[in-house]
Amino acid sequence: MSTATFNRLTPYLFLAPAVVIMALALLYPLGYMIYGSFRAWDPSQALGESTFVGLANYVTLWNDPSFHESAGVTLKFAASVVSVEMFIGVGLALLLDRNIRGMSVLRTLFILPMMIAPVVVGLIWRYMYHPSVGIFNNTLKSLGFESIDWLGQHALLAVILADIWQWTPFIFILSLAALQSLPRSALEAARIDGATAWQQIIHIKLPLMMPVLIVTGLLRLIDAFKVLEVILVMTEGGPGLSTEILALRISRTATEFRELGVAAAMSNYLLMMLLVLTVIMLAYNRVQEYRAARAIRIIEEDI
Amino acid sequence: MPKIKLENLTKRYGKVEVLHGINLEMEDAEFTVLVGPSGCGKSTTLRMIAGLESVTDGEIYIDGRPVSKLEPKERDLAMVFQDYALYPHMNVAKNMSFALRLQKRPKKEINQKVGDVAEMLGLTNFLHRKPAELSGGQRQRVAMGRALTRDSSTFLFDEPLSNLDAKLRTQMRAELALMRQRVHKNMIYVTHDQIEAMTLADRIVVMHAGIVQQQGTPEELFKKPINKFVAGFLGTPPMNFLEATIKQEGDGTYLLGRSFKLRCDVATTNRLSQASSSSIVMGIRPSDLLFDASAVAEESIEVDVVVSEYVGAQSVLIGDCSGEKVMVEIKSDSPIRLGEKLKFRVDLAETHFFDVSSEQAIG
Ligand SMILES: Nc1ncnc2c1ncn2[C@@H]1O[C@H](COP(=O)(O)OP(=O)(O)OP(=O)(O)O)[C@@H](O)[C@H]1O
Ligand SMILES: [Mg+2]
Repeated sequence: MSTATFNRLTPYLFLAPAVVIMALALLYPLGYMIYGSFRAWDPSQALGESTFVGLANYVTLWNDPSFHESAGVTLKFAASVVSVEMFIGVGLALLLDRNIRGMSVLRTLFILPMMIAPVVVGLIWRYMYHPSVGIFNNTLKSLGFESIDWLGQHALLAVILADIWQWTPFIFILSLAALQSLPRSALEAARIDGATAWQQIIHIKLPLMMPVLIVTGLLRLIDAFKVLEVILVMTEGGPGLSTEILALRISRTATEFRELGVAAAMSNYLLMMLLVLTVIMLAYNRVQEYRAARAIRIIEEDI
Repeated sequence: MPKIKLENLTKRYGKVEVLHGINLEMEDAEFTVLVGPSGCGKSTTLRMIAGLESVTDGEIYIDGRPVSKLEPKERDLAMVFQDYALYPHMNVAKNMSFALRLQKRPKKEINQKVGDVAEMLGLTNFLHRKPAELSGGQRQRVAMGRALTRDSSTFLFDEPLSNLDAKLRTQMRAELALMRQRVHKNMIYVTHDQIEAMTLADRIVVMHAGIVQQQGTPEELFKKPINKFVAGFLGTPPMNFLEATIKQEGDGTYLLGRSFKLRCDVATTNRLSQASSSSIVMGIRPSDLLFDASAVAEESIEVDVVVSEYVGAQSVLIGDCSGEKVMVEIKSDSPIRLGEKLKFRVDLAETHFFDVSSEQAIG
């Protein structure tokens, strides 16, 4: 082998261990799942013993009202948490982007919820929502209001609130970072040009933060589609199917209904949905890169 | 056009005082240049006038109205930043019209205005481009254009040319001088480049260490610097400083240096009689040293030529006069070799004298 060839191959040599681990840890289970989704598969069977059913699992799901309901709950959940979290997170970042004494302590406090393990968050909130001893109802009672059946009638709202509490900080810190990396002098120029604080936000800050906000929002959306622990601990999907998000339904289909093939197919539907979101995000990044490259090309053409 | 007046303007960052009571008055439609070395407080002064930096002490008056507590937009001024500070997400037209759009001026008027300014700055073909798609010089022009489209009475510039390469800087300097003739507004211009200061200014304000050293027309400052700092700061190549002692011998007055002894004429003697001590510093501009091989010893100094910098028709010689650095401007075709000891005639009438300790000008 010539030195040149060897030199060219060296990087791949170094990459090889990582690639092998990736293939084993990521692609193998994925392939296993996709393969399983085409089979009538019972947990007592080895995958090899199951019978091939083609797209039957997918078709069943496509016509299954419970699956529809579950997908609907997931969409409702994801859409509401992400939009509210974006609104509050960005709003807080805009408010707290200033140098006042004690601000760094405040910022640290704000991001604490994000660091708590989801199961613990679920337990805390379940306790707080407790119909008789929870803090919410106690407070309502002491103020003379009717108590609310949080985890019954308003279960979806309850889990949405818990998720907002936990994940708004994520949007908050990323927005704050984006804000602080904005060109200071452009904002000063806007002040000189006569922009009020509000006009600076609308015309300068938000548009300049947009790339970060879009990616942050998509990341949160992807995450919200996969949420499991908090809801599992708080409601287990109930009452009825009111909070049964897809991840929960997948887990129940596999364990309770013992239909591994259907569960795998459902996972694949979810995977496809997430894939679409991921592709949108990557495409957005590519568009940004393309714009930057085009700008450079235009300048070079001038010269 | 308003008069701008700074009264005892002071700035402290925490405990550190960076501006120590600036007093300045700028006349109607005057081009004032604040010049000084890096860190002397030029930008801080300008940003305080703009309202981007709070005023610790003192007051700023625009047309007699104290403005130090007002927001920038209430002061009616436009500013060009060193890094241009364009809005990256808006195209050139939008950048230039931002202030007018905030004021909700009619569309027609805005387009008219932007069109006119773009025409004047040669930006007409770039109106739809984003700042990232422009070269440095074009961005600079847009920054200028954004200030011009507004009808503010005062323009502030913070080193607007310092990010450009040498050639472009010269070109833009000329364009600025041209624009200055067309636009009759108050302009306050910050730079550390004394050539920009000399060529553009109606009035130069030399700052050093948070204090105004001297202000006046470029000519006044060049001819009559009131202290050693101003003398050394303005002019390229910079003024030479030679230490000397005033000595009375018989009925003549002499300036005694390390390796020279100059005889003073009556006028110089009179000027030197105001010195408070016999040790002084002589300041001689490189262009005031005349190469003259046959000069008499009592009128000249001797310089060992170390380096010759060829700049075209003129050359700058860097030499050594008994341990003190001396620069001289001579015609490039003068027959001079490195390492030679050359005689230069000193014109005492053009020589500046400074007190050794206070560094104030004498006479
Ligand atoms: N935010 C700040 N906090 C503390 N000190 C500051 C701050 N801004 C400026 N200074 C100090 O104030 C002094 C004046 O700064 P300024 O920016 O006005 O200098 P300048 O004359 O514009 O210099 P340059 O030519 O380098 O731009 C400097 O010594 C600088 O260190
Ligand atoms: Mg500066």
